[in-house]
Amino acid sequence: MEHSKVTPREAQRRRLPLEKHRLEDWIGKIYTSVCVVFLIAVIVSIVYFVTSKGVATFAVNGVSLTEFFFGTHWAPDAAEPSFGALPAITGSFLVTLLAALIASPLSIAAALFMTEIVPTFGKRILQPAIELLSGIPSVVYGFIGLTLIVPFLRDHVGGQGIGVGAGALVLSIMILPTITSVAADALASLPRGLREASYALGATRWQTIYRVVLPTVLPALLTGIVLGMARAFGEALAVQMVIGNAPYIPTSLLESASTLTSVITLGMGNTAMGSIQNNALWSMALVLMLMTFVFILIIRLLERRNRI
Amino acid sequence: MFKKLPIMLLTLTMVLVLAACGSNGGTTTGSGAGTDTGSTGGENSSELSGSILAVGSTALQPLVDQVAQKFMADSKYANVSVQVQGGGSGTGLTQVSEGQANIGNSDVFAEEKLDADKAAELVDHQVAVVAMAAVANKGANVKDLKKQQLVDIFTGKVTNWKEVGGADQKIVVINRPSSSGTRATFEKYALGQKTEDPAGSIQQDSSGTVKKLIAETPGAIGYLALSYLDDSVTALSYDGVEPKVENVEAGKYPIWAYEHMYTKGEPDASTKAFLDYMLSEDVQQSDVTELGYIPMSGMQVQRDAEGKVSQK
Repeated sequence: MEHSKVTPREAQRRRLPLEKHRLEDWIGKIYTSVCVVFLIAVIVSIVYFVTSKGVATFAVNGVSLTEFFFGTHWAPDAAEPSFGALPAITGSFLVTLLAALIASPLSIAAALFMTEIVPTFGKRILQPAIELLSGIPSVVYGFIGLTLIVPFLRDHVGGQGIGVGAGALVLSIMILPTITSVAADALASLPRGLREASYALGATRWQTIYRVVLPTVLPALLTGIVLGMARAFGEALAVQMVIGNAPYIPTSLLESASTLTSVITLGMGNTAMGSIQNNALWSMALVLMLMTFVFILIIRLLERRNRI
Repeated sequence: MFKKLPIMLLTLTMVLVLAACGSNGGTTTGSGAGTDTGSTGGENSSELSGSILAVGSTALQPLVDQVAQKFMADSKYANVSVQVQGGGSGTGLTQVSEGQANIGNSDVFAEEKLDADKAAELVDHQVAVVAMAAVANKGANVKDLKKQQLVDIFTGKVTNWKEVGGADQKIVVINRPSSSGTRATFEKYALGQKTEDPAGSIQQDSSGTVKKLIAETPGAIGYLALSYLDDSVTALSYDGVEPKVENVEAGKYPIWAYEHMYTKGEPDASTKAFLDYMLSEDVQQSDVTELGYIPMSGMQVQRDAEGKVSQK
């Protein structure tokens, strides 16, 4: 550290260590540091709590990891309990992927419409409307699913109506605003020069969108899709209402299945804390948490690519 | 030196917080017991004060909620406040056993959820009876099922209504989650055995949703508390006995369970006052029947945790 040059101002500052604004400076610094430390402590304790509870199934109750991750039989309350979480894990991934498949093209098209085709109308009316969608509570989505989507599927497609298909449809509507907002923001922040250069070369609007705009914002679009998938993966209430929650790996999209979140929400209140049934649910929560970390990691990697 | 300060602070706080987490279980039990003894006032009920926390069963919650409002409105108990929370029977039993709640509401005997030594510490106050019926979609065209027929349906052995004398229609089983108190009651007293969900069956926890699904899904069967029954679904007789309050009280219809309000040890004065109020003839004849539960006083039979039925 070099301290060879001391300006007059610096010298004065050193002479009056408790000057008013210096004190305020310190108070502000301490206040924000305390808040940050508290926030970090909260995060660390949540992670610690879920992990310690989730690991107890294997460490204390002696359920084997293979049984948990690859067992297809979930019967925690049976006379001979078994804790195969594979049906729930499969269910979670299945609805998440299906929802992303349904929602992504719709969202990206909506974002393109809002930014490239009719920017004024899009910015003024469509964007607030889509953002409004994300504010609707998930129980409302679940109820809409149960009253509209389930009977529609039952009458026009077949099966019980309740099942993976209904779950994926409800989820896809729920994640539409997430993907659309991220995609629209990315498209709007694209420098104008890029499009103008393309037009100057004689490209049409569709050629510009397809060859220039979309490839440039691809990482941001993927970020939006992963964010949407993270939301779909963790969504509990709406899915639980329409998916059926049977502890089996479904053989068709119209068959009842369960997800990690639906098993947890249905079972958590009915089981006593510390029992093996309860611990198994915490293990599922741990799987969910780890998956969320994976999603965040993917988003970080995409963002890094985006910057270059 | 200054750059490292935040990190040091952070580590210190984390250690403190984690330490606090570790001792959490112990301290709450202590403080819970403390408030209990604090409210043990004199014998005179007008001097009762304190707060009561009742947590647990969502099936019992509406009754406790309503009675709590009435209780607090009574000038005799003006200084007592009662808080009612849902969360499920397991949560209720856990919290009362750990001393976090004064009352744990449960649909099942504590022995069925907790370890024997923990269950032994709890005192059972049975405040009402809930009866259930197997309920089918109207299109199934069935009015009565024998025990064995129900077992076959809920284990997936029988998959078409015509096999039990109904319409030619696929059976859709609508179950409760495997840990639910309602399901435990139905399995214990209607089926006499635990069942596993047949593939393709549906699980829902809320009675409202179950009723909606049974009413709308062709071929659906499930079970509901009597208070939920109406014309949109068919309530099935069990071995020829209709699901009716009189039949439950007379001990002819077996699918029923007590609603329990557990306390850890004997309740303190204000909690006892609330539980007595709950069992008072006034509440039992109005609120309990109004909300579709069966009053304790009407029951001519009683049942213990093992399911043994005896005349009162």
